[in-house]
Amino acid sequence: MTAQTLPTTRDSGADGRVPARLAAHGVRLAYDQRVIAERLDVEITPGSFTVIVGPNACGKSTLLRAMARLLKPAAGQILLDGKAIAQQSPKEVARKLGLLPQTSIAPDGIRVIDLVARGRHPHQSMLRQWSREDRAAVDSALELTGTDTLRNRFVDELSGGQRQRVWVAMLLAQESPTMLLDEPTTFLDIAHQYDLLKLFARLNAEGRTIVAVLHDLNQAARFADTIVMMRDGEVVATGAPADVVTADNVERVFGLPCTVITDPHSGTPMIVAR
Amino acid sequence: MSALDTRPPRMLEIERGPLTRRISLRGALAVILALTAALLVSILALSLGDFVISPGDVIATLFGMGTPKQTLVVVEWRLPRALLALMLGAALGAAGAIFQSMTRNPLGSPDIIGFDAGAYTGALIVITSGTFGYLTIALGAFGGGLVAALAVYLLAFRRGFQGFRLIIVGIAVGSMLASVTSWLILNSELRVSMMAASWGMGTLNGAGWDRIVPAVACLVPLGVLCAVMADRMHLLEMGDDTAAALGVRTGRVRALLLVAGVGFSAVVITLAGPIAFIALAAPQIARRVARSAGVTLSGAAAFGALLLATSDLIAQRLFAPTQLPVGLVTVVLGGGYLVWLLIHEARRRR
Repeated sequence: MTAQTLPTTRDSGADGRVPARLAAHGVRLAYDQRVIAERLDVEITPGSFTVIVGPNACGKSTLLRAMARLLKPAAGQILLDGKAIAQQSPKEVARKLGLLPQTSIAPDGIRVIDLVARGRHPHQSMLRQWSREDRAAVDSALELTGTDTLRNRFVDELSGGQRQRVWVAMLLAQESPTMLLDEPTTFLDIAHQYDLLKLFARLNAEGRTIVAVLHDLNQAARFADTIVMMRDGEVVATGAPADVVTADNVERVFGLPCTVITDPHSGTPMIVAR
Repeated sequence: MSALDTRPPRMLEIERGPLTRRISLRGALAVILALTAALLVSILALSLGDFVISPGDVIATLFGMGTPKQTLVVVEWRLPRALLALMLGAALGAAGAIFQSMTRNPLGSPDIIGFDAGAYTGALIVITSGTFGYLTIALGAFGGGLVAALAVYLLAFRRGFQGFRLIIVGIAVGSMLASVTSWLILNSELRVSMMAASWGMGTLNGAGWDRIVPAVACLVPLGVLCAVMADRMHLLEMGDDTAAALGVRTGRVRALLLVAGVGFSAVVITLAGPIAFIALAAPQIARRVARSAGVTLSGAAAFGALLLATSDLIAQRLFAPTQLPVGLVTVVLGGGYLVWLLIHEARRRR
């Protein structure tokens, strides 16, 4: 792998800004002939909690898929730590970048611990399948997600909230410093949604970079430090929640007339539909 | 789930220098059990026949301590057949595990994806064109199977890969090929249709050492390929996105698995003809005995070897001296199993 330093990355280092952990440069996203986005530019700062929001079919999940290397951009490139992601080996990428997809399938009759252990694949080889590091990573992932007591249960028997925690545990076992989350709270009730988001906030506070696609603007504003607002394959606004979640932007992007008030608990913006 | 299942399973954690592994004790025992049973059945198959040799003498003969006559019967006549049953059974089991894992469905098997139907049609085309050579027919079967499997795969591939669509398209192509075969048989002379009917049932009758060499030469590399791919195969079961995010090259892994699965089926078709049911049943029986998560290649291969060795013993001895084709035995057993599986699946999905 040749260390490819791109002018943009070098420049951003020179002017004192932190180089992006993950960046999309002039990316064109398309499924076959259907173009989702043209010349998209997004930068994810290391250690940030970035949430991508936007109406249905605005391309936010597609962007996340491209950043996770699941979709090859038709043009432009995705950089991970300054290097083109397409030129790094999949296992190398998987050690740096984890993904919680919208849907995953738990094999029939698998136990929690065996599923979580599968997250160790990027660190394993033909011979080395269950080292001390693997065991320690799985144990700590189970503990962090509060699924330690479920370790010998069958995944099929768990409730939706527990199951999502187990998938997060698998992602944690991967020990990637950056985590991409595609609508992680979609099928959960409100209490489980907050539980999970608080867990991500804690992981972020411990130094992980988090990029999530969320539907709920209030949750996005409360947990993110950066919000990327998209519409029709374009980034409409990027920045701190207070700057992005404004009545103007929400009406322009979602077509929803609203009032923005301040969340009494967190002091973050909160929208109320008119 | 029963209360028994919440008890933590015993795991073996292996640490030998750079080699580290975590395996389920029950899974390992299931494989050992199946292999031991397959060995015992094979020794029985070596001892029974027109000239009965006691199991003790069979073992002595295998170690080179038998009389010349015992050596002739056991080593020259019966051993190749017993070995072939074990090897082809293991190949069918592994092929079944691959297709069931890829389709995430216990109904997935090489018969389902149209390979067997294509092979039969290919063989028939060769036979009806007036060729009766064993090798030519085998090649026709191999080609027919490959074309059918490729057609099913391409027809089922629509912007990504879905296991269920593969099964549906496989059944459709299989039915179409069945009508082609019927038409070919109806339009042929009696001698040709007799030949076709006997070929349509896989058999190990007349298997000699000449078939062992190609079997080993093909199955060993395919087995190694499977051993290397096994972990990635299990990761693919969680969905393409999840597997890809864990560093699996999904397209390449799936293509290699398909090569292995079709390769195993092709070896069996070429050396013995279509043998139904083993590929379908072995992975599921192994899964239930081992209580594993999904199907495993090692368990499926071990139980496949046991099933085919047992079926072939039945085929040889049930109406002795009349020798049944082993494919007939497996079809009868398989019919019953398929009914049970369909009922079981229907209940589970409700």
